[in-house]
This record gives sequence, C-alpha cells and structure tokens, in this order.
Amino acid sequence: MQKEVSAKKAPDKSSSIDEDRRSNAPEELDITTIRFAGDSGDGMQLLGTRFANTSAVFGEDVMTLAEYPAEIRAPAGTIAGVSGFQLSMGPQDIYTAGDMVDVLVAMNPAALKSNLEHVRKDGILIVNEDTFTEKNLKKVGYEENPLENSALAGYRVFPVGISKMTATALEPLGVEREQIGKSKNLFALGLICWLFNMPLDNTLNWLKTKFSKKPEVIKANTEALMAGNKYGDSNELFVTSYIIKQPEHKKQPGTYRYLNGNSALSMGLITAAEQAGLHLFLGSYPITPASDVLHELSRHKEFPVTTFQAEDEIAAIGAAIGASYAGSLAITSTSGPGMALKTEFLGLAVSVELPLVVINVMRGGPSTGLPTKMEQSDLFQALWSRPGESPLIVLAANSPKDCFDTAIEACRLTLKYMTPVIILSDGYIANGSEAWRIPSLDELPEMKAQFHTDAEKFHPYQRDPKTLARPWAIPGTAGLEHRVGGLEKEDITGGVDQSPENHEKMVHYRAEKVRRVCADIPPLEIEGNPVADLLVVGWGSSYGAITRAVMNSNNDGVPVASVHIKHLSPLPQDLGDILKRYKKVLIVENNLGQLWTLLRSIYLVDAKLLSKVNGVPFKISEVENKIREMVKG
Amino acid sequence: MAEALVRKDYVSDVEVRWCVGCGDYGILKAFTVAMAKLQLPREKVVIVSGIGCSSRFPYYVDTYGFHSVHGRAPSVATGVKLTQPDLSVWIVTGDGDALSIGGNHFIHLMRRNPDINMLLFNNQIYGLTKGQASPTSPQGKITKSTPFGLIDGPMHPLPMALTAGATFVARVPDTDNAMITDVLIQAHKHKGVSFVEIMQNCNIFNDGAWFPIAKKANRAENSIVLKHGEPMTFGENNSKGFRLKGMDIEIVDMEKDGVDVSELLVHDMYSKDATLAFKLANLQHPEFPYPLGVFRQIEAPVYESGVSKQEHDVAEKLGRGDVKKMLHSGETWEVSV
Repeated sequence: MQKEVSAKKAPDKSSSIDEDRRSNAPEELDITTIRFAGDSGDGMQLLGTRFANTSAVFGEDVMTLAEYPAEIRAPAGTIAGVSGFQLSMGPQDIYTAGDMVDVLVAMNPAALKSNLEHVRKDGILIVNEDTFTEKNLKKVGYEENPLENSALAGYRVFPVGISKMTATALEPLGVEREQIGKSKNLFALGLICWLFNMPLDNTLNWLKTKFSKKPEVIKANTEALMAGNKYGDSNELFVTSYIIKQPEHKKQPGTYRYLNGNSALSMGLITAAEQAGLHLFLGSYPITPASDVLHELSRHKEFPVTTFQAEDEIAAIGAAIGASYAGSLAITSTSGPGMALKTEFLGLAVSVELPLVVINVMRGGPSTGLPTKMEQSDLFQALWSRPGESPLIVLAANSPKDCFDTAIEACRLTLKYMTPVIILSDGYIANGSEAWRIPSLDELPEMKAQFHTDAEKFHPYQRDPKTLARPWAIPGTAGLEHRVGGLEKEDITGGVDQSPENHEKMVHYRAEKVRRVCADIPPLEIEGNPVADLLVVGWGSSYGAITRAVMNSNNDGVPVASVHIKHLSPLPQDLGDILKRYKKVLIVENNLGQLWTLLRSIYLVDAKLLSKVNGVPFKISEVENKIREMVKG
Repeated sequence: MAEALVRKDYVSDVEVRWCVGCGDYGILKAFTVAMAKLQLPREKVVIVSGIGCSSRFPYYVDTYGFHSVHGRAPSVATGVKLTQPDLSVWIVTGDGDALSIGGNHFIHLMRRNPDINMLLFNNQIYGLTKGQASPTSPQGKITKSTPFGLIDGPMHPLPMALTAGATFVARVPDTDNAMITDVLIQAHKHKGVSFVEIMQNCNIFNDGAWFPIAKKANRAENSIVLKHGEPMTFGENNSKGFRLKGMDIEIVDMEKDGVDVSELLVHDMYSKDATLAFKLANLQHPEFPYPLGVFRQIEAPVYESGVSKQEHDVAEKLGRGDVKKMLHSGETWEVSV
C-alpha cells in the first residue's frame, strides 16, 4: 500500500485501493500503516494496542509507535491534547511503525488537523463526524468544517457518526452516559476490524478478563465493538474491505506473544535473576517513559522481586547499590534527567566494583525536554557522565523485543565482570510493541553468580586473572568482613590508599576490566550487501528504519551494507576493521552526532552523519534518501 | 559454643585518623563496647556511612562496612536491609551529611521505619572541609563561610526525626561513655528505625559547642536525663524539675518554689502521643537544660518485614514465580512448522 516502503516483490495491483470496485471480495494489501488519533481521554492507546494485538495474533508482523502528550488531560478538543497510536502491519519483516499513514482514524477535529500531514495522498480518513461541531472546529482554528469543503480533497474521507451510533447502541441497554463516551473507541475498533477482516474474539476475551469484576463495562464495550463491526458490514459507505497478504515465508515456529520494550526489559531482568539464582531488586523513581519498568516488576513479587520506590532518583540507585552489596541482582531504571541525578552513585558503583544494571529509557532533552518523545541523545551521558575516569559497560536495545535480550546480556556481563552496565532504550521502543517468539530457557546464555565464601587468603580486591573481576563477598559471610567505599582502594587488599602509583594502577585496572568485555562480544553482523561501497552504522531504536531502508535500497539496485552496534562500551573489536573496509560510512542517529563523533575520533574514519532530533524516530524514507544521495554522490 | 567476643574483636586494624581529642574516639569506643555486650557476630553487622569525619567510622570497626556518598547512606542501608533483613545495620552520619545534603533521605528513612539504627554525630560544623557553617550551627556563628555571622537559623534534628515518624529517638553526649553504650544497646533492640543524636565535640573547628554538658561537673545543671516512669528532675541533688504550665514546660525549683515532686512531669517514652517527646525535643539551652536519653520509643510496622510479607503473600496466592509461566502469560499464539 505504501510506495515509500514497498516490500520486495509487491505486486502492482495491491498498491492502490480501487474505488470503483464494488465487490465484496476483500482487497489484498501489503504493508499498511494505520494511525488512531483522538483526545488523550478518548482511549486511543488502548484502541491502537488492541488492534495491533489482534493483527499480531492473526499472524501479521506488527510494530507500533505510541505518541501521547506530556499533559495527562490537556483541555478536550485541543491540539495539545491529541494522543496518537500508529502501527504498521504486513505479512513479514515489519521493522518500523511505518512512514506515511494509509488509514487515519480521527476522533475529533484536533486529531484530524494535527495528523493530516502524516497521511499519504489518497489515504483513508475515518472521521468521527459527531465531534465536528462549530465549537470544536473553532478550538483548532478551522474556519469551516473540513468535511464540508474541499480541504480534504485528494483523501478518501469516511465521516462516521461514531459518538451517536455508540449512544444509539448502548442507550437501550441503560448504559450510563459516561460509559457511552468511554466505549466510543470500541466502536471504532469494531469498525476497523471489519475493514481489515480481523476477528473480534481476542478483543472479546480480553474484555472479559480485563473487566471481570465489572460486567456492565464488558456489556457496554462488547455492544459498542459489535455495533462498529456491524456498521461496516451493513453500510454502503465502504466500497470494499481489506485483507493483509499471507506471508511469503513461514515465521520461525514457536509460541509468540506481543510485547512492548519496557515489558520486555522487565521480563528479561526477572528471567536473568532466576537463571542466576539471585534475588532481583529494583530501586526506582517514577519518570516518563521508564515508569512501566517499575510498574511491571512491581506486579511480579511472587518470584520474589523486591521493588523499592525511592524518595528520589538518587536514593533509588543508592538502594540498588546497597542491595547489590548484600547480594541481590540490583537494577535501577530511569530516563535522562534521572540519569543525571544518579551519576555520583554510578561513580561509586564503578569504584566499589559491584554488579548493577542501570536502565535509561531515553527521551528528548536537555532538562525536562520532551518527556513523552524519543531521542538518542544520552549516549555521551552514559559513556562519560561521572566524576573521574569511570568506565563501565553500555548496551543499547534496538527494538521492543530486543529489550529482553539486552536485559539478559546486561545481567550476564555485570555479574561476570563486577562492573555496572547501562542499558539505553528509548521512548519509541519502550512503548512500541511487536510480536516476539518466546524463547525456551535453554536458548538463554549461561548466567552465573558466585558469592565468595572462602575466608582463606580472602582479599576484597584480588582480581580474577582473566576478567579482572573482584570477588563478590556479601555481608553475613563469616570471615570476610571488610570495608568498601568511594575512596581509592589499595590494589588487592581494598584498604584506603591514595598513593600515586596505586591510583594509577587502579584507574588502569578499571579501564582494562571493561576493555576485556570485548572478548565476550559476538562478531558484528553485516546486513544488506556486504561488498557495497557504503556502510550505514546505527545503534538503538533506529535499527528498524535502517534495516528496512537498506533492504529497500538493495532491492532497488542501490548497493548498501549496514551494521548495528549493541555494545557501545566497550565497542566490538571488529568494528574498526569493518569501518575501514567501506569507502563511505554513514552514521544514523537521533542526536547531533554522538556516535559519529565517537567513531571518527577512535577510528579516524571520515564518516558522514544523518541526524534527526525532532522527537520522532527516523522514517524509512529519510534513511533511504540519504543512502541514495551518498551512493550517487 | 564459640568463644565470647570481646570489645577488641570489633576493632579493625586500620589506624584511626581522627584529630587527637576528637569526640569521635569516645563514640567509637562505646560502640565497640555495645557490640561486645550484645555479642553480635561480626559478619552480621553492617555499618554504612556517608561523607564527613564521622563517616570514616566504618573503617575502624571490624565488621562489614560501606563508606558511600555524601548524605545518601540511608538509601544504601535500606538496600542492604531489604536484601538481608537479619543483618544489624547501622548508619553513621554527621549534621552536614544527614541534615543538609541528605535531608531528604533522612526524612524518608524515618517515615519508612526499617530496623536500621542511625547515629548522627552532631558537632554543629563542617569538619572534614575545615570549618564551614552546618545546618545545626547557631545563628550568628562566625565560621570560614560565614565571616560576618551565620544568618540561617539552625535545624533541630530531634524534632525533625519525631515529625518524620521515627519510632526510637534519643540523645547522648559524646563524653558519657556509659550512656552511649546503654542507648546503643536499646537502639539495637528496638524493632524499627532508631535515631540517636550524639552531641559530639569538634575540638579543631568548633571546640566547646557542647561545653555546658561536656564536663561531668556541669552536666547536672545543664542537662536532664529522661527516665521512663520517673519525674523529670535535674540539678544538684535533683532539686529542680519540669512542670507543665498550660501548654508549656516550665522549670521549677522544688525547694525554693515549694513544689512537690508529684507536680512534676513524668517521662513516658512509650506514649502513643508524640506531644511530650516533641516538646522535650524542642527545648533549647540555655533557657532549659538539654534533655538526654530516650525521648520516645513506640512500636510500628517495620518496613522490611512489610516488604517480605507482601512478597510472601503474593507468592502464596499466585504460586512461586515461574519464568516460563510469566513469559507465556497473556495472549499467545502458535506458529507451527
């Protein structure tokens, strides 16, 4: 359906909707992007999540993007209050939530006005016409009703009386006005499920579980859902319905589920702790967009998991360090401003050489910045923002499901090397969702935690000759009583020692320990055409856009390779050779060039930069255009 | 049974580097005496400190110790206690560490009520940074950072602790070894957070801050030792006492004023109502003698017990956590070969 992101071998006829065809046979589509938009109280996130879930269960590849305002309930009907949820679905290889929108569901004039620019020409607009009142139009600066003039020429507009029809369906059942308002999104979901020939049963099951204690809510929502679905069926408005093509290749067999990045992180942490036989401890403080890690882990006390909602970001990491000292697998989770507050304690964690995983779900900065938008601008902060020479391990997750693997990898490395690990995720993948094949436990890497118990010849800073890790000697162990702290420690004994030779030695030990993690990093995977002249390098959540852009370019005869870096500190040992193998290198990141600066300075390569800092992830087309430009130029 | 531990067993081999004459020496000694009296296994004791002169304390005690960052020892101690609730966890802090940079953590430690003991060495000065005003320095105080006199009013740690919900609140002078030892033992035995202000002399930068009670000879006139169930008396021959006049505490001289001991306030450290403790904690010298001893001790839910119980209850209800079950929870679907 989208020319910009057409998947390989897409048949021509599927790339447009034939308006004249008045047949009941559903039209087959390839990759399709849908956006739901409405007031932040209209339940758009829920509507989008439910539809994405339905599509995923139905076998589609799905990736989602949640866009919501920083305000909880901005004044109703205003542009500031618009909440959006976008998803891209298709038979396979969906790597992003899509570039241009094929179908926009707009619940009010504000949603239409603020989202129209995302809709491709000829795209479908399903609009709740009941909200297009004079008052609402005025609120967003529409002089005239766009549904009644030529403002929407070029789009296929379907005005639907969603509010009134929901009311008509629910009033006879005696449903309260307030609940009718809340059920509008279910009407829209029913309609969109009809339009894409998606079944309703998984939503019906979900309603039953979700509202098991509120039968009246189940009833109202079920009726609204069915009414929306029936409306599509019995109405002449829509000339056709659609169906997403069957995948060309079978997916890897297994059990699948749908999940977002923050859930994946949380489940990865619990899994790692269980594999290692350790108690999981989270010290955290609420902050957007990281709070869901705190919420999710707080729901799983049965493992047991201890979650400590601290008085501030600093106490959150302090408690995590204390828990680690006492033998927990300790985590702290936050976003950029919280990271800033944690830096002193992070320095202590480096100095006392205890395991600790620090999660930064990045958002736009500086300062409070853009709490609900994504950015990748905390890379330098992760690498260096501590007093002194304070190296640690930094990993980046590249997609919602990759958050699971990244959490496991972080725990594995922190336990093995006794040094803190920072995980960088961001608002896009934290709230974005995709289908995930659930791994079996024997697929996971070995996770080992050993507390030191032997009092003979015990020295708190006697290092493992291979990893340079010091022993983990926890309180309660007789004979190992010792003191740790932020003052420089004497090599081997761990006593306070501020002599010049000792400090130099310890600074080098801590750096060398992190450097040795290189030996634990798998070789980088080169995607696309490995013998191309151009190499695209990315990290974190730009993985989807880069991968699809590289795929599309190669399909179109533009040769390009790509490599995506998960281990940002230390960098993989084969990275330098790979960079030098290509004539041109392009670095793609949502900041002003942090990885770009880093790679240029370390490897002396004349890499070019594609930067984007508007709070929104890269579009496939943006990366693709830059690739073409560089290959031609 | 293992041999009984003696005081020396708790003394580490690290050379103590406080200034000669520092009040910390006496506290260190009393602490190790208390440890030996309690016969606490050394591996079961963790001392967590922040930054400052007092915070070097853990190095000198042969137990587990963690010298953390400025003001934040309460958070580290909380993490330790939540992971291993059976450890005896002590925080050693100072007036700058606990009340200035660590004020927030101090308040929240008190309100959560974990079974952690906090010893605040209050010398009314920044010692380790060589003599700046601290949050407990009196108004007008001339220090390096306040050469024309301190404008800020002081913070009073005892009322702060009480207001924040501390369940054990005490004050002792650094010169009374026996009283420190006794109060530390009580603090250890108390289930819940214990806050002990130790009036500590910094003989280099603020010598004599607690002069009125430093010497035993002056103590009777300038302090009142609170004893549960006993009338509040002080002075030579215990001839003076506290009486309630309206809502205020007043000093009476039993002989001169012809007041019977039965009219005096009787200390009730277990009272559910914090009013009396709060009034005593707010009394300022020289209008009043310094109240010493245990102001208040009440029973309240202990934080780490609540945390473990909740985890236990959830596991009881849902069954012990199972990774496979968790990963497969919610809606799943199969893709077959």
